[in-house]
Amino acid sequence: MSNKLNHSMSLAKPDALDITTKQKVALAIGVIGLFIFTLALFNTNFPNKGLFLTLSLGSIIGGIIIYSREAYLTKLEGIKNDGVWFKSISSRGILGWILGVLLTTFYIVLYFFPKYLGLGTDGEANTGLISLFDPLSHLLSGRDASQWFVYGTLYTVAILAFGYKFILKYRHNRYQQLRTVSVMFFQLGFAFLIPEFMYVMNNDLPYYDLKSIWPLNYYIFDEWSVNGFLSNGNIGIALLLFGIISIFVITPILTFKYGKRWYCSWVCGCGGLAETAGDSFRQLSSKKMSAWKLERWLIHTVLVFSVVMTVAMIYTYLGYDKNDFWLTRDVFIISVIGFLTLVFAVVMIFKRHELGKDAKYGAIGYFIVITLLLVMHFTGTTDQLFYIKASALRSAYGIYIGSIFSGVIGTGFYPILGNRSWCRFGCPMAAILGFQQRLFSKFRITTNGGQCISCGNCSNSCEMGIDVRAYAQKGENIVRSSCVGCGVCSAVCPRGVLKLENDSMEGRINPTEILLGNDVDLMDFVNQK
Amino acid sequence: MEHIVIIGNGISGVTLARHVRKLSDKRITIISGETDFFFSRTALMYIYMGHMKFEHTQPYENWFWEKNRIELKKGFVNKVETETKTLHFTEGETLQYDKLIIATGSKPNKFGWPGQDLEGTLGMYHKQDLEKLEKYAPNKETCKRAVIVGGGLIGIELAEMLNSRSIPVTFLVREDSFWNGVLPQGESEMINRHVKNHHIDLRLSTNLRAINSDENGKVKSVIIEETGEELECNVVGLTAGVAPNIDFLKDSGIEIGRGVKVNRFLETNIPDVYSIGDCAEQHEAIGNRRPIEAVWYTGRMMGETLAQTLCGNRIEYKPGHWFNSAKFLDIEYQTYGWVFGERGRPEHEVHFHWKHEDDTKCITVAYDKNTNVFLGINNFGIRMRHEVFDRWLTEKRDVDYVINHLPEANFDPEFYSKFEKDILKAYNNQLQTV
Repeated sequence: MSNKLNHSMSLAKPDALDITTKQKVALAIGVIGLFIFTLALFNTNFPNKGLFLTLSLGSIIGGIIIYSREAYLTKLEGIKNDGVWFKSISSRGILGWILGVLLTTFYIVLYFFPKYLGLGTDGEANTGLISLFDPLSHLLSGRDASQWFVYGTLYTVAILAFGYKFILKYRHNRYQQLRTVSVMFFQLGFAFLIPEFMYVMNNDLPYYDLKSIWPLNYYIFDEWSVNGFLSNGNIGIALLLFGIISIFVITPILTFKYGKRWYCSWVCGCGGLAETAGDSFRQLSSKKMSAWKLERWLIHTVLVFSVVMTVAMIYTYLGYDKNDFWLTRDVFIISVIGFLTLVFAVVMIFKRHELGKDAKYGAIGYFIVITLLLVMHFTGTTDQLFYIKASALRSAYGIYIGSIFSGVIGTGFYPILGNRSWCRFGCPMAAILGFQQRLFSKFRITTNGGQCISCGNCSNSCEMGIDVRAYAQKGENIVRSSCVGCGVCSAVCPRGVLKLENDSMEGRINPTEILLGNDVDLMDFVNQK
Repeated sequence: MEHIVIIGNGISGVTLARHVRKLSDKRITIISGETDFFFSRTALMYIYMGHMKFEHTQPYENWFWEKNRIELKKGFVNKVETETKTLHFTEGETLQYDKLIIATGSKPNKFGWPGQDLEGTLGMYHKQDLEKLEKYAPNKETCKRAVIVGGGLIGIELAEMLNSRSIPVTFLVREDSFWNGVLPQGESEMINRHVKNHHIDLRLSTNLRAINSDENGKVKSVIIEETGEELECNVVGLTAGVAPNIDFLKDSGIEIGRGVKVNRFLETNIPDVYSIGDCAEQHEAIGNRRPIEAVWYTGRMMGETLAQTLCGNRIEYKPGHWFNSAKFLDIEYQTYGWVFGERGRPEHEVHFHWKHEDDTKCITVAYDKNTNVFLGINNFGIRMRHEVFDRWLTEKRDVDYVINHLPEANFDPEFYSKFEKDILKAYNNQLQTV
């Protein structure tokens, strides 16, 4: 059918939905802000950097605010998805591809060639774009800006401004508003401001975004990081302990009560950006069965990689100074293996019947990890794993997973793969939370009896690529490890079929053949089988 | 191997095919002239509005059919020979069946209006209707105004569709309030106001006299019956209900009324021929239901039921408690049990009505004035749990119980404002004044 997918080469599609004059002005204001960045990038030396930085950030934020107010406040409250598959930028059109290339380029330069952004090396002053951010960095922490400060500022601005847009878009939906305020708060406070203030208080402390939890925060147990904590007295030890407690205590409790959404769509920075700046691209995630298969292999491989890498790294530096610390290599490796075995045993004993074929894959994964760890321990070489240095493993992880996967692909490809491709295919933290959500959590998306009409709005808007409809039309609750609980499927459902809930574990998974509303005897007859 | 042939790849036919496959190894063929694969008809509107692409309205990926050994055949059947169990296609092909299921759904009603077949007139039912709309109303420059005739669920969806592309809409509704043949007055009037808030030109108690043509046989204007007013427009949406799509069965010997006549086992008068979904007509209505139910859910239920019969477990079609849902622009609507509008309301049925001051949420609870037994609820702008109401209906709870236990039935997203206390207060106040 011709239906709007006329891949016209014209940038302004002949029949695209118009934006108003006010929105065009807003876009122009935002572009002026970006233009100042571009000038700075090409080494324009602004006389008053503070002023121009304020001007550029101000016009970007202002442009987004004016645009969103015009887009949503001029209409009645409700679902605002008109034309998302017509607009070039949100339907993998030409504008989408251009944006994707720009973002990807930005990430490559940011991670691998920061000097092109103007990063001063060897004590030289910053130039270019990074120097434009010096005044703000001086104001917050008294030091020159780095590429990470520039990135952090832009990241925070994006979450705040597009968060505002998202709140207006869902101004009839309190769940959406609250979780957006939450990600805005955690980004501004925990990821951006608190680390800067911590630096002011004690500049030996390693950068620590308190909400960023291992294994997403893959460098927290790096030697330099741990040494940084340990050499800073009680506060350092407290922070390190918090890092350990986060993953082993806080995370399991909250995930049990609320599902992984407490983190992925309420706290996490990656999730925060995806839910705000990335919201326009949520429909682009693939819902194919093949994508789901790929997802399960990929994300768990990354998890195995990150666990082995971290253990190998810690193991390595535990070997440097023997005997002056209770945590020796032997104690460490035994506790890691013990812990993994405990998790494996608990799952196999209590949840074997729920896993089916996946139990086999889980077992394979478990034995691979254990074997790798044992081989590492008994091959005897002090700092090598299969003749690969642990440090090489760590830097490979940093480059391929930490930078390329999560940054370049995860965010740069927003307009192509959707806004959560990192969360879905790569994030090891999401894998751990998801594993628990699938097996030990009160969270589910409840399906409302037989009310589903298979329209597909839910699946279409699922950023994690879950085919929500496949469950809803069977009257089956959605219990999936990948669900981040954004709640948009529930919001867009035209028939009130989906509700995110924390309820008892009993009857959480309820496959049915015959849906509610039909002959009661038939339902009993068929569904009990 | 027994060959099950299903004409129609809508929700009824596809549900049947899926269940037959689960229960048996029979050969299954689904015939459709409309599309290659099953899609959700109710989602056509979202394609025009740009929320989804056509492929997103297909609940199963394209490999699903082959994997489950469900053969798909594209084509229109124009003749059924029941003696030889042969289907004839418009292209001249034939197909043999052992069991035939007619699940051809509906087609839009046309009431003999002059000009009803001009270019630029359309229903909103088939995928082809959507293609027509895309052709005649791609934007507000090509379509300067659209007129919709018929104030039901499809009419208001078509209005929402055109509205999404800023095309001015005049909405002609025969009744003196929107859909008040079904909805009680308070609800119907709330929807009237909501429609107007969307800048849709809603004309109540207004009928169509004729559609005028320009020199090329295209729609130019419509004439209003009551006033004789001429309204210029480029598209006329005919959405005055639907009727079974069964013209091809005329000389087949299969008994036909408005739809294909079936008994409670969904069997027609001819052995091995069955009918399900929108096109099936019960000899006698089941409970308060209509003999023809053109509703997604009933189509699905008939499919679930007939699959049992075809696979050796012959059972009656026994739908449970009535339920339905719809969305009127931004206002969601659900109903459980029976709540009648002014028309056709039994004498014993009385209503408790509550409306929120923002004029987008309301509920109507129907109960028996003699026994106080709860009969049904309409809820607008508040989601309710199907399971809970289904249980209360089975348990024959009284209206006091239902109103006092409404929080159990709430299905709104977390952190939404709750209105059960207001509702209870209004209910108690009403009792005091009576």
